[in-house]
Amino acid sequence: MRRLVLIAVPYIWLLALFLVPFIIVLKISLSDIALAIPPYTPTLDLSGGWSAIRDFFGALDFENFVFLTTDDLYWRAYLSSLRIAAISTLITLAIGYPIAYAMARSAPEWRPTLLMLVILPFWTSFLIRVYSWMGILSSEGVLNQFLIGIGLIDTPLQILSTNIAVYIGIVYTYLPFMILPIYATLEKMDESLLEAAEDLGCSRLSAFWLVTIPLSKGGIIAGCFLVFIPAIGEFVIPSLLGGSDTLMIGKVLWEEFFSNRDWPVASAVAIVLLLILIVPIVLFQRNEQKAREAEG
Amino acid sequence: MTLKLTTGVAVFALTAGAASAQEVRVYNWSDYIDEDLLTQFEEETGIDLIYDVFDSNEVLETKMLAGSSGYDVVVPTGTFLQRQIQAGAFQKLDTEQLPNLDNMWDVIEERTATYDPGNEYSINYMWGTTGIGVNVGRVQEILGEDAPLTSWDLVFDPANMEQLAECGVHFLDAPAEMIPAALNYLGEDPDSHDPEVIARASEGFEPIRPYIQKFHSSEYINALANGDICVAVGWSGDILQARDRAAEAGNGVEIAYNAPDEGAQMWFDQMAIPVDAPNPEAAHTFLNFIMDAENMAQASNYVYYANGNEASQEYLNEDVIGDPAIYPSEAALDNLFTTTPYPPRVQRDVTRLWTAIKSGV
Repeated sequence: MRRLVLIAVPYIWLLALFLVPFIIVLKISLSDIALAIPPYTPTLDLSGGWSAIRDFFGALDFENFVFLTTDDLYWRAYLSSLRIAAISTLITLAIGYPIAYAMARSAPEWRPTLLMLVILPFWTSFLIRVYSWMGILSSEGVLNQFLIGIGLIDTPLQILSTNIAVYIGIVYTYLPFMILPIYATLEKMDESLLEAAEDLGCSRLSAFWLVTIPLSKGGIIAGCFLVFIPAIGEFVIPSLLGGSDTLMIGKVLWEEFFSNRDWPVASAVAIVLLLILIVPIVLFQRNEQKAREAEG
Repeated sequence: MTLKLTTGVAVFALTAGAASAQEVRVYNWSDYIDEDLLTQFEEETGIDLIYDVFDSNEVLETKMLAGSSGYDVVVPTGTFLQRQIQAGAFQKLDTEQLPNLDNMWDVIEERTATYDPGNEYSINYMWGTTGIGVNVGRVQEILGEDAPLTSWDLVFDPANMEQLAECGVHFLDAPAEMIPAALNYLGEDPDSHDPEVIARASEGFEPIRPYIQKFHSSEYINALANGDICVAVGWSGDILQARDRAAEAGNGVEIAYNAPDEGAQMWFDQMAIPVDAPNPEAAHTFLNFIMDAENMAQASNYVYYANGNEASQEYLNEDVIGDPAIYPSEAALDNLFTTTPYPPRVQRDVTRLWTAIKSGV
């Protein structure tokens, strides 16, 4: 009995926080736009009995999904989001790995403090931290003032309102999600393996490539997914730091929902985004499972 | 009976906890009121005021159409109001609770009746124009003393924009205002609902697009005032607020606003009560408070927008009532145009065209 309850908890979680909202969004994506509250039709009226329910399902169709294929805006936005997310993930990895490595190799009494420093930014609201980047990157901002001050440039660099600012924002925001899993695997690593490799004639660099990297693969993959998946649907960072030509699916979704008031098409965009994300999520799941099996 | 019962409950609630007995939730545009008025309202009426802000009609409209927004008073612009009335989002005003309606200005009421026939659902809060704000010094330094500050040529002529790009040009991210502006510049009917005519707006934007730094509907206030940008196509009062902030900061930035000679859009922000407002009575109290001549004047003196309240005019500061950028002359009023809401199909075309203009896709 206790086991059953324990197993049920994650499933109830999944049902309430994923499946139910998903079905609601799926239903709206099959509806039609209307000038009403809520702004789509049909809505389910259970008091009408069976015939009402039948009419309700009869009125649903895939028209909105077909519509998404008629305009190249949507696939371009999906591709552009994938590209921005992928590049940001690689940059985050390039910055996050050395940090995690240094943390794992530091004196043990320092590690809790270093870990705390990585988590510390979460104590300030995410929105405020992104806003402060606007202050840093704007043409009259801290960075440009500094660069002009030391004589490196004469005219301010245009960083804010470009894709570069979006990359900076994403890398900054998601860096802890890359550092933490990599640190976790590196910290567990048995250092005597490195000594063994050197004893067997490996240089320090090749020992790093042949031993440390493969052993931290689990952390690298976990970190990459934790950055990549939320970065694809990112809305706040591109809308605050990006320019008007920054094309990301989160902004397209916003426009369908707010400017066009077309909840059905917005929902269809969201469903397709989810389908795109399922591929990396399933890969991630499989990787985790393999890691667990290897350990067990 | 029900009425008595609720009154009884209300009285009980009043005696039980005077402070939390009544509250009114107001959802208004950002930077759009003198905040002293809010405390004044609480002191005068004993009603708790919860004041929340937005910076785009689209955000407000989505909350209205989702229903149960929890707000008692909201402030959509005329075109959006009209559509939301059709969707059944608002309740009719109870004129008996609004004695200050007598203060309202018929010149404005005539115009707002286009959106809200008979002004049954809304009162005018502020109105203004959509025009051009410039950092006078910077623009004249770049384009020379005879820079066309009062003409749409300043921003729609690529020759000017090419030079202005280096100091930063922002446009509103509001297709319902920017597309009519482009159509008006091209000599078309700005209020056209014909998709083919609307599509011509891209001809106005295409040559200048590379020189526009950003499309945004609120950042330009600070950006203009700080000197980050030197031209913004925006709302009259916002630009005049930027002018004031720059003057206060004493940073040598001089901002000027003009509703261009070729014609500019006139818009009206209307206060209305959602159909499912939790506290419609307090909402009426708030509307009546706002329509008080001195209160309305205080709001206009602070935000530099004209209002639809004739009685307030004697309390307005000279730099508000006397400024033709805020209260245009009769002749200038004729030069302003208004628009009506797009039907859903056309709205989709407009949004799509706007995305194409902004992102090139």
